Amino acid sequence: MKRIHLTINGLAVTGKAGQTILQVAQQHGIIIPTLCNFPGLAPAASCRICIVEVAGYPRPVPACATAAEQGMEICTDSERIRKARRMIVELLLAERNHTCPVCVMDGACELQTLAKLLGIDHVRYGFISPQMTLDISQARFGIDHNRCILCRRCVRVCDEVEGAHTWDVSGRGATSRIISDLAEPWGDSGTCTDCGKCVQSCPTGALFEKGPKKAGKGTPCLERIVEWRGRKNK
Amino acid sequence: MEELLARWQRKPDALIEILHAAQQCFGWLDRPLLGMIAQELDLPPSLVFGVASFYHAFRLKPRGHQTCTVCTGTSCHLQGGSRLLHELEQHLGIRSGTTTEDGSLTLEQVRCLGACGMAPLVRIEHEGGGTSFHAGMNRDQVVKLLQNAIRGTHSKGVPLSPVAIYGDIHKRIVLENCTGTAPAAGLYCALERAVLQMTPEEVCRQITESGLRGRGGAGYPTGRKWEMVRTARGKRKFVVANGDEGDPGAFMDRTLMENDPDRVLEGMAIAGYAVGAASGFVYVRGEYPLAAQRLRDAISRAEKSRRLGRNLFGTGFSFNVRVRIGAGAFVCGEETALMASIMGRRGQPVIRPPYPAQKGLWGNSTLINNVETFGSIAAIISRGSEQLRVLGTTDSYGTKIFSLSGDVARVGVIEVPLGTTVRELLDLAGGVTGGGFKAAQTGGASGGCIPAEHMDLPIDYESLRDIGTIMGSGGLVVLNDTRCMVDVARFFMRFCSDESCGKCTPCRAGTSQAVRILDRICGGCGSEGDLQQLEELCLLMQETSLCGLGLAAPTPVLSTLRWYRHEYLAHIRQGSCPAGVCSREAMG
Ligand SMILES: Cc1cc2nc3c(=O)[nH]c(=O)nc-3n(C[C@H](O)[C@H](O)[C@H](O)COP(=O)(O)O)c2cc1C
Ligand code: SF4
Ligand code: SF4
Ligand code: SF4
Ligand code: FES
Repeated sequence: MKRIHLTINGLAVTGKAGQTILQVAQQHGIIIPTLCNFPGLAPAASCRICIVEVAGYPRPVPACATAAEQGMEICTDSERIRKARRMIVELLLAERNHTCPVCVMDGACELQTLAKLLGIDHVRYGFISPQMTLDISQARFGIDHNRCILCRRCVRVCDEVEGAHTWDVSGRGATSRIISDLAEPWGDSGTCTDCGKCVQSCPTGALFEKGPKKAGKGTPCLERIVEWRGRKNK
Repeated sequence: MEELLARWQRKPDALIEILHAAQQCFGWLDRPLLGMIAQELDLPPSLVFGVASFYHAFRLKPRGHQTCTVCTGTSCHLQGGSRLLHELEQHLGIRSGTTTEDGSLTLEQVRCLGACGMAPLVRIEHEGGGTSFHAGMNRDQVVKLLQNAIRGTHSKGVPLSPVAIYGDIHKRIVLENCTGTAPAAGLYCALERAVLQMTPEEVCRQITESGLRGRGGAGYPTGRKWEMVRTARGKRKFVVANGDEGDPGAFMDRTLMENDPDRVLEGMAIAGYAVGAASGFVYVRGEYPLAAQRLRDAISRAEKSRRLGRNLFGTGFSFNVRVRIGAGAFVCGEETALMASIMGRRGQPVIRPPYPAQKGLWGNSTLINNVETFGSIAAIISRGSEQLRVLGTTDSYGTKIFSLSGDVARVGVIEVPLGTTVRELLDLAGGVTGGGFKAAQTGGASGGCIPAEHMDLPIDYESLRDIGTIMGSGGLVVLNDTRCMVDVARFFMRFCSDESCGKCTPCRAGTSQAVRILDRICGGCGSEGDLQQLEELCLLMQETSLCGLGLAAPTPVLSTLRWYRHEYLAHIRQGSCPAGVCSREAMG
């Protein structure tokens, strides 16, 4: 496999041709925050949190879905990037109903962690507060659309890993919603295998396991974000 | 249903076609029907429901006996279409997109039926299948029509007028055959010439030399794109003509497809020969049934006369074309979304690279051009690459079709050499109506304005970019000095918000927030902080959106802020609209 040489935040790094910017950065311990990306799933490049600047490119690019190339000069943490990331997280927080104290994921949620890391102490946008529903018809799990950020990790893991394709997205734009089968209660699904992979992959409190609150789902992405905070504090 | 599934050979890729056909049979798509389709096509049920709910053309609820659709495209909006819709909502006590309780009436809106001369336009569909169009409507007239219809007396309405075509006939290239008397003799001569006398390399070279640039919006050099597909590896390749034309205020492509479908097909076949593709698709906007029908007719005629199909001109070169119908989603004009739609999926863009030329339909290299781009090909082949170079400006060669609408005397399409000024276009269109010239809005929801001080700017790709707008596909909406630019900006932002596919955060959530801010400003309760926030949001969308829709969604706002900032400030500081539009429509 061909080796490539590039710089990230002024640091000379090497990677393999075909790797994404995110993968190269991770290999060298450089943390780029992500939300929609999930190890092992095809990148969706939809949340836009992982954007980085590449010298000579007109716009920031998503690190999770952009191939690293020989000679690239990448900056993962400029003021411009930080500002954009803050705005994106605020947009997500204002979009549905994120009331952390009463959320099953409080303390272990990737969105919440990210908001803290980025130093978000208020949301500049009006809260849209749509009336969303909660579906607890499934035996072991539930889905609370109020917490969903439409990252589609559940959709992809169910399709690509489990092969069940129980989940998909209905509607479009701001009315997009995660659905199971023909937008029917999850408990009635004929395709769901009850494996729980979607619950494991959900970054927020949207998909959860019923029963007493457990301390965090501990996804790999979460660990990365925590590590990233450690670096920033140094 | 069985028959229907068999017709499409139970191909999962034909999902959208099957949904169209099923809806035609049953009126709407209920859950058991969707479940059955999923089962028969061996597709996950959630995927089928996801597709059906993505496209606005598919109805997941039963419709009323009558369906009243109000056009709220740019021209219709200016002439009061949005207000009309709002008044009808109040009168009927239902929201747009819903049906009255007694099931008698469904109220809907559509963003541009491509008949901007008839604004505000209303379409009434009866359960039995009859459809009538009514031009220049107000609330009382519509209410009366609907009452009559319920009693069983259907008004015939007016025919959806064919688009007026004007401009110097000698300077027409693409529309030269659209004069009413098509010279059938010349049909497919250029294809014959390309296939018999030229190598694919030569065809590509000739297109490159002509300097032709894509007419779909971005202005990418066509020759370079063809060359990329020609040299791409892989045995199967595809040619796709983009006739989605979702921009409000654009009807050039409709005109071309309806009046000279052969020219588009010929261009596609030449492209197929040049890049090594044996099949092509024309993706026609769902709102243009006539265009689709004429294309289908033209295809069967050409197949009969052996201008399309297998082994053309005895050379072994084969090319067939299929028509695919859109289902009401602007974003499907974006090339990756368009390909997803052709493959029967939700029209959601995916990140590029890989470009369609590298990995397109079913993973194969795919050439996507606008229908007008394909319409320009035959002339270049038959008359040489110099043909375009004599017309146009130093880096934008040839002619461009514009559709003029809004406050002009003669609404229609016009083909002129690039480099023509707005003033010249206006003269050809009979001048501004209802007041003095204020601005010309170009490029639809992705474009901005040409203000009065730039009326003498030669229109080409670069000059428009320099003043902060784009050529876009060629829609040009003239605004007179009674129009409120903040209202126009809000109109386009709402459009983008409605049409966002919802995949990426900046566009999905950003447009929603921008609409809220613009609503506040138009309603007279905005603040200067709102303006700053709006600009920040625009920058975010421009920098971080996934596809062209979100990237360009802020352009109308930024452009009007650039030229008409004082109007925004007047709304904020005086709490009123200088043009008196917003106070009337504050609720709109
Ligand atoms: C949101 C969006 C909508 C678009 N709509 C259209 C359209 O309606 N018709 C079209 O030809 N191109 C449209 N385009 C441009 C296409 O993506 C593509 O660039 C074009 O079809 C390429 O053809 P060309 O090189 O001949 O211009 C759209 C792009 C975006 C981002
Ligand atoms: S999903 Fe996360 S951010 Fe939203 S309420 Fe729950 S813990 Fe808070
Ligand atoms: S349910 Fe969770 S994993 Fe699925 S889209 Fe919503 S936030 Fe993402
Ligand atoms: S920019 Fe808008 S239309 Fe394009 S992918 Fe993002 S949400 Fe979808
Ligand atoms: S993690 Fe890269 S775009 Fe979401």
